[in-house]
This record gives sequence, structure tokens and C-alpha cells, in this order.
Amino acid sequence: MTTAALLPAAIERRQRWQARFEESILPPLVALAIAAVVGDILIIIFGQSPGEVYRQLLEGTWGNAYGFGQVIYKATTLTFTGLAVALGIRAGLFNIGAEGQLASGGFAAALVGLAMPAGTPAVIATLLCLLAAAAGGGVVGAVPGVLRARFGASEVIVTIMLNFVVLALLNYFVAAHIHVEETLHTPEIRAGAVPRLTSVSPAFTGSAANMTFLFALAAAAAVWWYLFRTRGGYELRAAGLQPDAAEYGGVRVGGVWARVMTFSGVLAGLGGVNYVLGYKHYYEEGFGTGSGFLGIAVALVGRNHPVGVVIAALLFATLSQGGLAVNALVPKQMVDVLTAVVIIAVATAVPEVKRALLGVRRRAAGTGKHEPGTGNGEPGTVRAGVGTGEPGTTTAAQSTMQAASSPGSSFPDPGSQP
Amino acid sequence: MIGFLIQTLRIAVPYLFAAAGGIVSERAGVIALTLEGFMLTGAFCATLGSFYSGSPWVGILAGIGGGLLAALLHALSTIRYRADQVVVGIAVNLLAIGATRFFLRLAFDSSSNSPRVPGFGASDARTGVLASLANPLAWLGIATMVAMGWLLYRTPFGLRVRAAGEKPEAALSVGVPVRRVRWAAVAISGMCAALGGAYLALDQHQFTDGMTAGRGFIALAAVIFGKWDPKRVTLACLLFAAAETMQIRLQALQLVPSQFVEMIPYVLTIIALAGVVGRSVQPAALGKAVE
Repeated sequence: MTTAALLPAAIERRQRWQARFEESILPPLVALAIAAVVGDILIIIFGQSPGEVYRQLLEGTWGNAYGFGQVIYKATTLTFTGLAVALGIRAGLFNIGAEGQLASGGFAAALVGLAMPAGTPAVIATLLCLLAAAAGGGVVGAVPGVLRARFGASEVIVTIMLNFVVLALLNYFVAAHIHVEETLHTPEIRAGAVPRLTSVSPAFTGSAANMTFLFALAAAAAVWWYLFRTRGGYELRAAGLQPDAAEYGGVRVGGVWARVMTFSGVLAGLGGVNYVLGYKHYYEEGFGTGSGFLGIAVALVGRNHPVGVVIAALLFATLSQGGLAVNALVPKQMVDVLTAVVIIAVATAVPEVKRALLGVRRRAAGTGKHEPGTGNGEPGTVRAGVGTGEPGTTTAAQSTMQAASSPGSSFPDPGSQP
Repeated sequence: MIGFLIQTLRIAVPYLFAAAGGIVSERAGVIALTLEGFMLTGAFCATLGSFYSGSPWVGILAGIGGGLLAALLHALSTIRYRADQVVVGIAVNLLAIGATRFFLRLAFDSSSNSPRVPGFGASDARTGVLASLANPLAWLGIATMVAMGWLLYRTPFGLRVRAAGEKPEAALSVGVPVRRVRWAAVAISGMCAALGGAYLALDQHQFTDGMTAGRGFIALAAVIFGKWDPKRVTLACLLFAAAETMQIRLQALQLVPSQFVEMIPYVLTIIALAGVVGRSVQPAALGKAVE
């Protein structure tokens, strides 16, 4: 090959990386900057110095083995729920039920751990508990998936409502049948426990970190492989970007929805293992409260990409643990406010940044032509009139295939109905 | 029997307020996941207002103001900037939980509850038929729902709201400022839901952490179960409240575990969404952004 042929390819590659940076990395950074400013204001309102608070926040998390262990522990649960939400969003579905699926998975794992005799070989016992957690979360996830596929019931509402139903059911089971007197938790499991990180280094003593984080990383890798290297993952992304076009192209979108919600529930359910097998060794009422909703933040900031999810999980785990570290200076609830600010800022900035970039590129190109990959930006938008031109330049089916093959563009319209 | 009805009504009041807000927001095409957050904000601001002024009436105004502020944030993000309504809705709820806790510590140096503030009704929050009737907010709750029915079906604004939620393109093409209508609808929903929160706080004469306890979601369930129609939604609110009352009254008998009663609104809503007969169908453009 000559340099003349290589050069455009190199430029194209650079442009692609630039686009990916602008779309995937820039918006979260902008959001974090906004959150930092809000954080400063809150800290000053409380009469403290922001620099000192942020210093203690970092020191209490990444500055020592205990804090770091806690971050790992929290990030493990958040990776699972973040992956669950991200997988759903890739298919155009919003799983807000990670909260209930997580609890259900943890409960199932605890039941199996209780049922096994104490001498069960560790590998078999843990494996069975993992299967139980997957099944427990999967069943809860399957319900909204099937209802959406069969009846067009909004999965957003069904998952929210199901959270309350599942948690009430579990509370009933624990309270009425298997709780230890005077507590809200089950007895300790007899087999299936996952070793703590303390067994690797005594520096982690006291922290909840355990080997479950390896499962979380494995899950992230599995989700990546499924999304980008399998036919099922391709169908999933196509269904998420343009359900009608995907259906036209031979994908059974209803089936994809049911499957995705089940997988999403499985991922969230596995998250329950972190607490039940790795930390306390029993199921307790409300053990994962908030992790399901935080999963939405993790998926959003992680741009629904498995690698991004792991990084975002570490970020939010740091914030969460950091809140405890600075509680003496400012109320730890400050981090809840910051988390919400990050979500709103990312959700607001991402479409806005995309639109701005699209406008700039189109002006630079001097035409109103549809750009593959980016033009698909906002399927949920309603436009006035019919003659606005832009969406008509490529067929829906074509643009779906183009967009589905580029992992960068990632936020389809979860609100649309079939 | 009278006692049962009064107690049902008393429990239903916050649902009526929040559900009225939910109806107008969803009929305009904006998903009302935020009711819980608006309520909590309203409850907290009402407590603040009542505490610093000494008058529960100022508390009500402060509550409405707080709810309005939260609603405007939601509208700015989802309508002006077309951010995803579900994501921002969830975040607004998280924000309400975090911010009320933060400012609870700032204002009252407590992580659980505010001091006693002037409110309505008898000093003992749990008893008294007359006490409930003496609470002006209870009457306002019923009036709000009636007003919502009138607003939606008998005024030009109501027609625009419904158009914005069903066929925004068509509404735009005949000159309806769809985005402005949605702004107004979300603002109204914030104020209505905040009144529900203010009722809770002023009825109990204090703010406690997370005191709305999912009531915003029960109100949302009522909106969906009542098919987005004020009359049916009112009935749904009363039905859910009656179930709760029954559970409280029969608690001693241990007939049905309380958790099963808690589930009723949610299970009914899921069935209504999926049901083959008399299924709930949401406004056509719910959740869709408008240019």
C-alpha cells in the first residue's frame, strides 16, 4: 500500500477517536465539573473549606487499604446493577427494577446457602449460590420484559411497581418464616461464602471487600462480548436503536425485549451475592437499598459501555464511601445531592453536546446531509411539520445498521412504545 | 363506619394532591416519576416556612414554592434541553432525598426530624375525626382534584395539555406552543404534589426524614390505574387509601400480613397495564421530547 492510501485511513481513525471522545468522555467530564461546583457551594454553605473536604474525601477512599477496600466492595455491587441498566438501555429498555432484582438475587443465594450441608465443597456451593442469585434476579427481570413484549406495558412503570411488590414479598418471607429472633435477617449461610480480601492482605481488615469483585469484572467482560461479538447482542442493539427497522430486518423485537430484561435481571441479581456471600453471609431486609437506582447513574456516566460502567462504578463508590469519610465536616448526604446533580447534568449535557457537535460538523461540511452514526442521535424527538428533511436522507434500516455497528453512539429512546 | 371513612379520606388526601399533579403532567406528555421528589421537597419547605414564620399558611406557600422549584429544574432539563424524562425523573427524586437530608442537618442539626412546627389539626397527630375535618388542606385536596377535572376538560389550556400529550406535531402545526404548555403542566404538577407533602408535614407538625415513604409512587400508580382521568383516579386514590385503612384497623387481628396489603396498589397497576380487559393506555406522546 502507498502512503496516499494509508493517509485517509489514518485521518479517519483519528476523527473517529475524536468523535468518540467528544461523545463519550467529554459529557461526563462536563457533568463532573458541574457537580464539583455544586459541591463547593454546599460545602461553603456548611462553613467548611472545599479543599480540605475534597482532600479528606480522597484520603478516606483511595488513601488507605481500608477505604480502598470499601470502594472496591461498593463498586462491585454498582458494577452489577450498572451493567444491568446499561444492557437494558442498549436495547431501548429502562430497567428501574434493579433494586428489587438485587434483593431477590441475594435472597435466593441465601436460601440455597442455608439449604446446603456445611461440608459442601466450596466451589460447588458458591456456584450453586451464584446460579440461585441469577435465577432470583432473572425471574423478577423477566416479568416486565414479557409484559412489554406481549402487552406493550411500559417497562419503566412495571419495574418501579415491581420493586415495591418484590421487596414487600421478601420482607414478608423473612419476617414470617426465616428471620433470626429480634433481627431482620436470615441465619448465616452454611456453605457458599466467598473469601474476603483480608485473606490476601491483612491491610484490608475491617473492609467488606471480597472476591466477588472478580465476578463483577467477569460479568463486565461477558456483557461486552455478548453486546459486540454475538448475534444476540447485535439484534439487541438494533432493536434499541430502531425497533421498527430491526423488526423489518428480521429481528423478533418482542423476543429480544423479553430476553434482555431477563439478562438484565440476572446481572442485578448476581449483585446480591456481594453482600450475601461476600460480606455478611446472610440476607437482610434492605441490604442493597439505593444500589439499583445508583446503577442508573453508573450506566449513564459509563455511557452504557461495560468498560465505562466499571469506571463509573468506581467513581460512584468513591463518592459514596467518601461521603462517610467527610461526615465529620459536612453531612454525608452531600454526596447524594452530588450524585443526583451528576445524573441530571449528564442526561442534559449528552444530547446537547451531540446536537452542538452535529450542528458544527454539518456547517463545516456545508450540507444538511445525514451523517452515519451520529445523525441517529435522538429518535424520541417529535418534529413539527413533515418537510424538515433531515431524517429522510438515509432509510431507517440503513441508519440502524450503521449505528448498531458503532459502539460509540449509545443512547436510544427507552420511552417509545411498540 | 364514619371513623373508617374519615381515616380513608385522611390517608387519601396526599394521594389526591400528588395524583392531580401526575395527571396534568402525564396528559401533557411528561412522565410523572418525580411526584415523590416533589412531595418530599414540598413537605420539607412547608416545615421550614412554618418554623421560621410561625404560621402554617406561610408553610403552605413555602411548600408550593419548593415544589415549583424542583418542577422547574425538571422542566428545564427535560423540556428545554430534551434530556431523558425517566433518567432526570429518577435523579430529581434522589436530589430531593439528598437535599432534604442535607438541609435538615443544616437547619435543625438533626439527621432524622425537624422540631415541632405550627401545623393544622389537633396536636396529637393520630386521633380525632374533627381534627381531620379542621385541616383546610384536606378540603383543598378534594377541591384540587375537582379543579383538575375542570381544567383538563373545560378550559382551552386543558385542551392544549391533552393535545401536547397525544399529538404534539399536530398541536404544533396549528400553533399550540407545546413546549410552553408542558412547562406549565410540569409546574402545576410540582405545586400540586408539593401540597400533598405539605399536608403530611403540617398534619404531623414536623418533617421526618423520607416522610413521603413512597406515596408519590402510589399516586403515580393511581394515575395509571385510573387511566389518566380525574374521576377514575380519584376513585383509585380512595381505593388504595381504603385498603390501607383496612389494614391499619385489622392489624390486631393478623388476618392478612401487612406486606400483602402494601402491595395492592402496585399489583393492581401492573395488572391494569398488562390487562387484556380494560387496559390502561398511556397518552401517545408520553415521554417524547418536542423540538
